[in-house]
Amino acid sequence: MTTMRSGLANRTFARAWLALGYAFLYVPIVALVVYSFNDSPVPNVWRGFTLRWYAALPDDRELIAGLALSLKVAVATACASVVLGTLAAFALVRYRRFFGSTLFSGMVAAPLVMPEVIIGLSLLLMLVSLQRMTEAAFGVGIPERGMLTIWFGHLLLGMAYATVVVRARLQTLNPQLEEAALDLGARPWQVFWLVTLPMIGQALLSAFLLTFTLSLDDVVLSAFLSGPGATTMPLVIFSRARLGLNPSVNAVATIIITFVAIGVVVASYLLARNERRRILDAAVAERPAG
Amino acid sequence: MKKHGRGGRFAVIAVPYAWLLVFFLLPFLVVAKISVSEMETTTIKDIIVWKDGALAITARIGNYLLLAQDDLYLRTYASSLGYAAVTTVLCLAIGYPFAYFMARARRSLQPALLMLVMLPFWTSFLLRVYAWKALLTEHGLVADAIERIGLDRWLAAVHLIPDPGQLMNTRFSLILGMTYTYLPFMILPLYSNLAKMDLRLLEAAADLGANAWTAFWRITVPLSRPGIVAGAMLVFIPCVGEYVIPELLGGPQTQMIGRTLWDEFFSNNDWPMACAVAVTMVLLVIVPLAIFSRNQAEATRQAA
Repeated sequence: MTTMRSGLANRTFARAWLALGYAFLYVPIVALVVYSFNDSPVPNVWRGFTLRWYAALPDDRELIAGLALSLKVAVATACASVVLGTLAAFALVRYRRFFGSTLFSGMVAAPLVMPEVIIGLSLLLMLVSLQRMTEAAFGVGIPERGMLTIWFGHLLLGMAYATVVVRARLQTLNPQLEEAALDLGARPWQVFWLVTLPMIGQALLSAFLLTFTLSLDDVVLSAFLSGPGATTMPLVIFSRARLGLNPSVNAVATIIITFVAIGVVVASYLLARNERRRILDAAVAERPAG
Repeated sequence: MKKHGRGGRFAVIAVPYAWLLVFFLLPFLVVAKISVSEMETTTIKDIIVWKDGALAITARIGNYLLLAQDDLYLRTYASSLGYAAVTTVLCLAIGYPFAYFMARARRSLQPALLMLVMLPFWTSFLLRVYAWKALLTEHGLVADAIERIGLDRWLAAVHLIPDPGQLMNTRFSLILGMTYTYLPFMILPLYSNLAKMDLRLLEAAADLGANAWTAFWRITVPLSRPGIVAGAMLVFIPCVGEYVIPELLGGPQTQMIGRTLWDEFFSNNDWPMACAVAVTMVLLVIVPLAIFSRNQAEATRQAA
């Protein structure tokens, strides 16, 4: 499509640009991993290979406790986000107009554009007010800051992301399939379980993975909403990173990156395979008979 | 779906609705209230009190007056917008050609290329920011490379770093870190837009005598406008309120509004001031941006 003369130069330039771009994206990650094997307390000067930072990890109580809390919160966030996000997506796509629907669609999208510092601050101050009111009324402040309050914050953000993912899938669904099932006598909940759910299953899985990683990585909301004794792993890492370079952070980073990389590759392979099968099925189903 | 019972419909709407009212709208109203309240050591005075049988509303707009008058806050708002704008432009400058070349690469390669952009996007944001610390502090890989080619002298000349040789905790490290973090957010919408483009339009342009550059500027770029807007919003909006990157990579001269809010709250314990900063940020920055990006999306939908 371009002129013959510029074609070759363009291709070289394109390759160089892509190569530099990927280098920019990956050099920091590779360096992070390489320095985790560095036998030096100053992680950015190479002094030889060691595994001692990994060996020290199991004894790092603060980090292990943080990891356990983070995983719990992430699983709870992902599950609840998928449920709330699916409900919100259904409300937006299927019912569209209802009392206060403009406010609703605004509130669903708002956490996506709201800076996390503001979400964290406002949620914390609301919870503090609630705590004071319950303390005045019953003598105990509910809810206590900790795992539950962190979960509230993550769920607020996770729900917004899950809604976007599920909504995009719902919009492409053919409503005739559900209508056909209803006409054939299925009850609404049967239609949901047998027809709708299998069709949006992939979107739900994507939403689950996305909200899980969001929660596992969050610093700002957790910082506002955590209480004494409830420190998530990113908070531990953040407080160490603030003070300077720390080899334990590199070792944890390497483990996390390995898991995420494997997870992303496997998930996208499975999703791509399902997508192909779905397209194939659809093509077979729509092929005129005879 | 019309045969759905009324109860089912009600539950589907009411559950997420109630959740958002309680955990999103109500907290924001609390913040708005506290921003006009007075701080009394640890409690916050009610702004509405019954006094002598009459309802007295004592709203303190002092916090807002301070925000408007104090140079520090104004400059912080301006510099947040400035850093976010510079980051967006850099992401576009790097990301547009990148997404373009990705979309024009061999079809069989594209899933792999896309996966390689997605991977950092899924990898912990905090850890990727931390990684730059090791690269940019003294004797770091990138710091050494920059010093060897003399780039640091140039950076010092344009005041991105205070002195040659000091790269960490400067404007330079902040902008680099934000560009690095948000680059995938720019590439992904641009790529999905450019990959969908009908290449026959370019052939038609070539047939009509346009050279490759003219065709690029007059066809590809205008058609990719929705991708550019989407990418720019995905970079600009979170950058304005960013806290973690300025805290880890920025320095004393790189104050940003997210960090100011954090410091007012956690260090100064000045809740009303932190709330006033938050309310101002939402009204002056977030709401206009949200309206703008909504209008853009609407315009795109109508054009399609």
